[in-house]
Amino acid sequence: MADTTEGTFVSHARNDFEKDLFVLKQLVTKDFKIKYRRSFLGVAWSVLNPLLMMVVMSIVFSTLLGSNIENFPLYLILGNITYSLMSDSTSKAVTSILDAAPLLKKVKIDRFVFPVQKILFALVNFAFSLIAVAIVMLWFRVVPTWHIIWLPVCLGLLMVFCIGIGLVLSAATVFFRDVIHLWSVVLTAWNYITPVFWDFQMLLDRGAPSWTLAIVKANPMYGFVTFMRDIVLWQQNPSLGILALCTVWAVVMLVFGIIVFRKTEHKFILYI
Amino acid sequence: MAAPTGIYRQYNTPAAAGEYAIEVDDVTMIFNMASEQLNNLKEYFIKLMRRELFFSEFRALKHVSFKVKRGDVVGLVGTNGSGKSTMLKIIAGVLEPSEGSCTVRGNIAPLIELGAGFDMELTARENIYLNGALLGYTKKFIDSKFDEIVEFAELRDFVDMPLKNYSSGMVARIAFAIATITEPDILIVDETLSVGDVFFQQKCEERIQHFIESGDVTVLFVSHSIEQVERICQRAVWIEKGDLRMDGPVDEVCQAYRNQFA
Repeated sequence: MADTTEGTFVSHARNDFEKDLFVLKQLVTKDFKIKYRRSFLGVAWSVLNPLLMMVVMSIVFSTLLGSNIENFPLYLILGNITYSLMSDSTSKAVTSILDAAPLLKKVKIDRFVFPVQKILFALVNFAFSLIAVAIVMLWFRVVPTWHIIWLPVCLGLLMVFCIGIGLVLSAATVFFRDVIHLWSVVLTAWNYITPVFWDFQMLLDRGAPSWTLAIVKANPMYGFVTFMRDIVLWQQNPSLGILALCTVWAVVMLVFGIIVFRKTEHKFILYI
Repeated sequence: MAAPTGIYRQYNTPAAAGEYAIEVDDVTMIFNMASEQLNNLKEYFIKLMRRELFFSEFRALKHVSFKVKRGDVVGLVGTNGSGKSTMLKIIAGVLEPSEGSCTVRGNIAPLIELGAGFDMELTARENIYLNGALLGYTKKFIDSKFDEIVEFAELRDFVDMPLKNYSSGMVARIAFAIATITEPDILIVDETLSVGDVFFQQKCEERIQHFIESGDVTVLFVSHSIEQVERICQRAVWIEKGDLRMDGPVDEVCQAYRNQFA
């Protein structure tokens, strides 16, 4: 092969990290292309979807709950997209290892990239729903303040948290397919104990028992949803309590995820 | 089943003088042959309670050891189901050995199953990048070699067509072209040359021959055609039912291999 370009570039990645990063980028791009190929509105759906959900929920819940939260639609959409980021990413991650079986059986590849791929892909979609948020803010004339610089922190922690869950679930599913069904039930229940369409004050007003309050407050998604609303809607710094809740959950989940995944990943190939 | 305790090591730098490119040391590969696969919690607990969780083990490889020097061309022979492909997959890093260790020095171009890692919904162009990433290439490198890959595969007019519209031969061409666009340190060839038309087969064999002549590329070669092994390789390893039967110069091993049928 007499060619002139040989040697101009290094052919192979220097280390596993560099390789995994490029593989991840390619896999996420692949997901994105396949999702929107042949859809007429394409990427616009990622913006439309949260907007339409917000409209429906606003109509239902503003009459049903008689909510007196100001800018209720903005309150709703922020809660909704934050919760969806977690639920979309983890529900895709559940089957990520199983779905990658053809690859895992034939190609040498670090297994953790598959759950991580699904979580990053959900983040890409999330970026589009932020456009929807911007539209709603424009509509209600809410001008973002500098508190918005907290956004990367909030998303970073949520990503770490989701990757932790994704690692656990994807590994567990290899051995027990029940996890797929179980997780969809958990997500529904989790949605109800997360203040997406109701707010914490409502529980206090109605005299909810203290154990309910404790569960809601320990709920990591309560932390992330509140974090998001604090910086966009209420335009204030997240409280130290919220910051601690999010950080602790993210770290605990990631460590737990890594331990479970590391312990089981060597046996995947025998079960997929 | 206990987690595998085997070790797989792959270094990115090619073997230095005095080092082996591939070292297979006492490798055993055990597969579970559960009479039924338990993928569901209820079944698992019932079986656990009744103490019916037996797994019969199947040993695809039993204490196999061999070493390959850099630049050697080694053929693996054996009948169907003897463990050749398992051996190749362990060396390529796809399977982890249950026991023993496998050390590989240098980057690997695995031509084990051409087209593994392709997504049929994506176009050839997109697949070249995806597959290149899986092989460990950098983006810049694929950019610079893109035309060369397409040219070798002779698919210039179809680059932006989804792969599902390709014939299997066309898919194999692309896969071969990507894996061999740069000189690998170790080339693993598993019956891949049987796909594609005669002209492309010839082209592939020429390229492999070119690697062999360079003297730097270590080649592991599996083929059912014993003549092809004799033609291409200097040394052969005979694996039968998971046991290493013989390891030596290609004509001696191939002679012995043939004699078992006589």
